[in-house]
Amino acid sequence: MSDHHPTGITRWFYTTNHKDIGTMYLWFSFIMFLIGGAMAMIIRAELYQPGLQFVEPAFFNQMTTMHGLIMVFGAVMPSMVGLANWLIPMQIGAPDMALPRMNNWSFWILPFAFTLLLSSLFMEGGGPNFGWTFYAPLSTTYAPPSTDFFILGVHMMGISSIMGAINVIVTVFNMRAPGMTLMKMPLFVWTWLITAFLLIMVMPVLAGLVTMMLTDRHFGTAFFDAAGGGDPVMFQHIFWFFGHPEVYIMVLPAFGVVSEIIPAFSRKKLFGYSSMVYATASIALLSFIVWAHHMFAVGMPVAGELFFMIATMLIAVPTGVKVFNWVATMWQGSLTFETPMLFSIAFVILFTIGGFSGVMLAMAPVDFQYHDTYFVVAHFHYVLFPGAIFGTTAAVYYWFPKWTGKMYNEAVGKTHFWLSMIFVNLTFFPMHFSGLAGMPRRIPDYNMMFADFNMWASIGAFGLGFTQLFFFVTIIMAIRGGKKAEEKQWDGATGLEWDAMTTPAPYHSFSTPPKVD
Amino acid sequence: MAIRRKLIAGMTGLLGFMLSGLVQAASELNMRPGVTETSIEVYELHMMVVWVMVAISVVVFGAMFYSFIFHRKSKHPTPATFSHSTKMEIVWTAIPVLILIYLTVPAVKLLIKMEDASNSDMSVQVTGSQWKWHYKYLENDIIEQEISFYSNLSTPREQYENYETSGAAENVNYLLEVDNHLVLPVDTKVRFLVTAEDVIHSWWVPELAVKKDAIPGFINETWTKVPTPGIYRGQCTELCGVNHGFMPVVVEVLSKPDFAKWLSGKAEEKRIADKTAAAAASQNWDMDKLMVLGKTVYDAKCAACHQVNGAGLPPVFPALKGSAIATTGPVEGHIDIVVNGKQGTAMAAYGAQLTDAEMAAVITYERNAWGNDTGDKVQPADIQAFKAGN
Repeated sequence: MSDHHPTGITRWFYTTNHKDIGTMYLWFSFIMFLIGGAMAMIIRAELYQPGLQFVEPAFFNQMTTMHGLIMVFGAVMPSMVGLANWLIPMQIGAPDMALPRMNNWSFWILPFAFTLLLSSLFMEGGGPNFGWTFYAPLSTTYAPPSTDFFILGVHMMGISSIMGAINVIVTVFNMRAPGMTLMKMPLFVWTWLITAFLLIMVMPVLAGLVTMMLTDRHFGTAFFDAAGGGDPVMFQHIFWFFGHPEVYIMVLPAFGVVSEIIPAFSRKKLFGYSSMVYATASIALLSFIVWAHHMFAVGMPVAGELFFMIATMLIAVPTGVKVFNWVATMWQGSLTFETPMLFSIAFVILFTIGGFSGVMLAMAPVDFQYHDTYFVVAHFHYVLFPGAIFGTTAAVYYWFPKWTGKMYNEAVGKTHFWLSMIFVNLTFFPMHFSGLAGMPRRIPDYNMMFADFNMWASIGAFGLGFTQLFFFVTIIMAIRGGKKAEEKQWDGATGLEWDAMTTPAPYHSFSTPPKVD
Repeated sequence: MAIRRKLIAGMTGLLGFMLSGLVQAASELNMRPGVTETSIEVYELHMMVVWVMVAISVVVFGAMFYSFIFHRKSKHPTPATFSHSTKMEIVWTAIPVLILIYLTVPAVKLLIKMEDASNSDMSVQVTGSQWKWHYKYLENDIIEQEISFYSNLSTPREQYENYETSGAAENVNYLLEVDNHLVLPVDTKVRFLVTAEDVIHSWWVPELAVKKDAIPGFINETWTKVPTPGIYRGQCTELCGVNHGFMPVVVEVLSKPDFAKWLSGKAEEKRIADKTAAAAASQNWDMDKLMVLGKTVYDAKCAACHQVNGAGLPPVFPALKGSAIATTGPVEGHIDIVVNGKQGTAMAAYGAQLTDAEMAAVITYERNAWGNDTGDKVQPADIQAFKAGN
C-alpha cells in the first residue's frame, strides 16, 4: 500500500494520524513554553534587583500565576502527550492510536482552552492573580472577574487530558502487536500507561474543584467560605489530591524517555527492567497518599503530619531504585555522549538533586522553615526543568532522525545542551540559598539581603530563555537542510521503531503487525 | 621593621576581612540557626539532612562519573551484558530505607515537640488581613489588661516605588520594618492563636522557626519561647493578594522588666489616646484640618487598594474618584462602608482600626479629593452618631 499523505492546511485540521497529532502537540507545547518563558523573563526582570522597576505588584502576581499555569498545563503536559502520540503506536507495533478521531479532538481543544486563559490577561481587572495553586478564598471571593475564563479553560484542558489518557490506555491494552506482552513493552510505554491512569484519577478531581469555585463565585454556595460554613483548607486538600499525582504525571513519561536513551548510548540493556516497572507503579500509588505534605503549615493534627511526612519520605525508595538502575545501566557499558545522552545524564543528576531537596521538604519540622520560600521554588524547578523539559528535549533529539529521516547538527545540539546545563543551574541553584535565607516565594520586591542570589538567578534565567530559541533554530535547520539520517541512527537503539520500521518512519505506522521476539 | 609589621597587620586585617566576608557569605547561603531551642534543633536537623544528602550524592554521582570516564566507548569498547542483579536491587532498596529511618526518628521527635503549645505563660492572637497583622494580647497573669494593635509596613511607599533615588538601598530593614512591633517578654512560653479576616496569610519568623497559616474561620495554634532579647524579622509567606510582599512580621523580645515597662506604657498610651480621641471627636473640625489628616490616613490605609490617585484597580478594587459612594451617594452610606466594610469583597471594616476623627477625616478627604469636590464635611460627631444608631 502506498504511503498516502494528505497535504495542505486541512491535513492538520482533519488529521487522525497519530504522527501529525503528535507533531501538533509538540509544536503547541513549544509555543506555550516560549510564552510561559517570556512571563518568567518578566518575573526575573522585576526581581533582578530590589525595588519595583518594571511591573506593578498586581501584574507581577498575574505573571507568576500564568507562568505556572501555562508551563504545567500548556507546555509540559502537552509535550508528553505529543511524545506518546508519536511513539506509542511505533513502539508497540500498532497502526495508529486506538481512537483517532478523539485524538484529533483532544488536541484541537487545547488552542481554544489556552486562548481563553491567555485572553483573561487583557480583561478588566487583569488575569488570574492567585498563583497556579489558586487557593480559595483568594481565588473565589477576592478574585478578578476573569477567573471564570480560567475555570472554563481548566475544564477544557482537563477534558483534553482525560481523552488523551483514555486513548493511551485503550491503545496499549488493545493494539499491541502479537507477542508484545506487557512485560516486553518499552519503558516509555509503561510509564505513559501508568501516567494515563493517574490522569484519569485526578483530572476529574480538578474539574470538581474548579466547579465548586464557580458555584461559590456565582451561585451562592460556600464550599470554601468559612462565613458560610465552608472550609478554605478543604480547597487545599482537594487541590493537592489532584496536584501531587499531577507532579508525577509531568515527570513519569520523562523517566520512560531516559530509560530508553541511557541503554542506547551505553550499548547495554536497561538494568532491572521489571524493577523499573514496579518502581514506577509504586511511585504512582504512593502519589495518592502524600498530598498534604504541601500543607504542613495549615495546622493539621500531629498524627496527620506524621503520616504525610513518613509516606512522602517512602517515595524516595522507589525513586532511588530508578536512579540506581540508570547508574547500573551505564556501569561497564560502552558510553558515548551524543546530545540525547547528554540531556538524559543531566536529567538523572539534576532530577536527583531535586529529589534530595524533596526529601528535605518532606520532613515536617524543617519544612516549616522551607515552606513557601524560594527553597520550594528551587526544588520544583529542579524536578521540572531538568526533569520534564530535559526529558522531552532528549526525546526530540533521540527520535528526531527516526521521525524525519533527517539528522540535526550534533555540534549545535551539544551547544544547546551545555548552555542549557549551565544556565539551568545558574537560574535555579541560587534559589535554594535565597529560600534558606528567608525569602518568601511570589513576592515582587525584597530586602537587600536577598539581592545577590536574585541577580544570579535573573542572569541565569535570561540565558536559559535565550538558549531555548537555540533549540528552535537547531530543529528548523535540521528540518530544512539537515543531512540524511542513517537507517538506524543510533547503533545501540533497540525497539520496534528502530528495528522493524524504515527511516523516516512512514506516515502510517505498521499496517501489518511486526514480529516481536 | 615598622613597614613589615604594618604589612603583617595589614595582611592579617585583610585576611580577617575576607574571613568575615566568607562567614557572612556562608550565613547568607544557609538557614539561620535562629535563637530559640526549637529553631536551633530545626537547624541541626536541617544540617543533618544536608550532609546525608551530600554523602549520597558523592556515592551516586561518583559512580556515574566513574562510568563516564572509564566506561566510555574509547576506553571500554565491549559493553558488559548483565541486566539485573536481585542481590544489588535488594541492597539499594534496603539502604535508603535505613537512611530514611535514621532521618525520621529525630524528625518525629522534633515535630511532636514543636506542635505542643500546652502550658504556655501567655497568649497572643495573631490576625492577618490584607495587608497587615493585628496582635491581641489575651488577659492573664502577665497581661493584666487586654492590649491590641495593628502592625503595618513602615517602609515608605516612596522607597519601593523609587528604589534608586529614595535612598532605599541604605535602609537595612527595607520591607522588613513595621510601625508597631509585636513585643514579647524573654524566657516566656508564648502561645500564638493565628487566624485571618479575609484570605489566607502565613505568619513566619525564621529566627524563631515559627510558621503558621492564618486561615479565615479557623484558629491555628503555635508557640515560641525566646531566650534572648532582640528584634526578629519575618514576612507573610502565603500569597494573599497585591501587597503580599509588603506585610512583614517584626517581633521584639524584651527582658522581663522592660516588658513590664512596655505594658504599662501601652496602657498609659491607650488612656491618652482615648482621651485625645474623645477630645478630637467633640471638636468641630474645619475643612483644611480634615483634609490634611484625611490624606495621611488615606495614604496609609486606603491607597494600597484604591491607589493614591483614587483610581483604584478596578474591578476588584473600585475607583473612588468619581464613584457614586464618594460623590452623589448619601454620606451615611459612605460612613457605613468605612466603619463596617463590605461583606464578600476585599473592603475591610475600619470601625475598630481608626479613631472617629480619623474616619471623619478620611471620608471628608475621599469626598473632596481628586475632583470629587462635593464640599461635604464629615465631623467625628457624625461617626459617633452613626455608630450609636447602629
